[in-house]
Amino acid sequence: MMWKWLHPYANPETSYHFAGKILPWCARLAFAFLTIGITWALLFAPADYQQGDTFRIFYIHVPAAMLSMGIYLGMAIAALSGLVWQLKLADASAAAMAPIGATFTFIALITGSAWGKPMWGTWWIWDARLTSELILLFLYLGVMALHNAFDDKALAGKAAGILALVGVINLPIIKYSVEWWNTLHQGATVSKLGQPSMTADMFWPFLVCFIGFAFLVTALICLRFRTEILNRNSMRPWVRELVTTEVKTHAV
Amino acid sequence: MQFDSISAFIDMGGYGFYVWLSYGVSIFSLALLIFTSISSHKKIKLQITQRIKREEKLRQAAKLQQAQTSNDNSHNI
Repeated sequence: MMWKWLHPYANPETSYHFAGKILPWCARLAFAFLTIGITWALLFAPADYQQGDTFRIFYIHVPAAMLSMGIYLGMAIAALSGLVWQLKLADASAAAMAPIGATFTFIALITGSAWGKPMWGTWWIWDARLTSELILLFLYLGVMALHNAFDDKALAGKAAGILALVGVINLPIIKYSVEWWNTLHQGATVSKLGQPSMTADMFWPFLVCFIGFAFLVTALICLRFRTEILNRNSMRPWVRELVTTEVKTHAV
Repeated sequence: MQFDSISAFIDMGGYGFYVWLSYGVSIFSLALLIFTSISSHKKIKLQITQRIKREEKLRQAAKLQQAQTSNDNSHNI
């Protein structure tokens, strides 16, 4: 009973328009937060007393790494609801999230590498944190490949969903790798509860950047989700009507 | 402001290459993701309109053919 308000969102048309409504606001907020956050991180945040100006990489590296895991969790939850309740829209949203998560994982790896070279003296080591994050990238690529491997989207969603769910085991491994194994990678800085291990003049630009990236992710999910809905419902009358009226208004 | 001059800003305390590599790659990959997301959205709409037009054409051709065959038949009788 409690969940009855959710019913209209199982309708692709309602969801398509809802995503279209929040998309421009997320895009604007992402632009505003990221402009402020990146300027703050590059120009006004203090240099670290040990790591100097390389610490400015932190403001991209950590939000990207956190979001790469957050998006995976979202994708896995969507995949689970797709598998259990046969929700077509859940499969569509999982397919929308995979390339975004893959991009953020790639960014986390590259920025980590470019930070590791001057600080640790190496671009890459096969330690637990780095290797498990690399596996996350491969999981994303596998999910994307499976979504595109079948013409039957229900079958594709099932196959990709199973891989996404199996891959969830990687998330706690990434999270706790710095505690379970010896590693060059430093421990948690931001997500440590209680005693914060960062000064405020570093924490605030980080938070602004993180919120900006989170809005960007939301906007991109909305956009790609809309594309997936159109792709899966292209024969429906409402899609045909929508597309024809859009072409007419553009032509005028 | 943490830097005295533009050159100090670009130098990043000697770590300029690594900092700008990180920011450059990040901005490039995000721009690519945004661009491909927008273009695939436009592409699917274009595909659907093209299919609608093709179907419309086929329907009209069928109608025309039907009209012609019924014409021919009336001549024959």
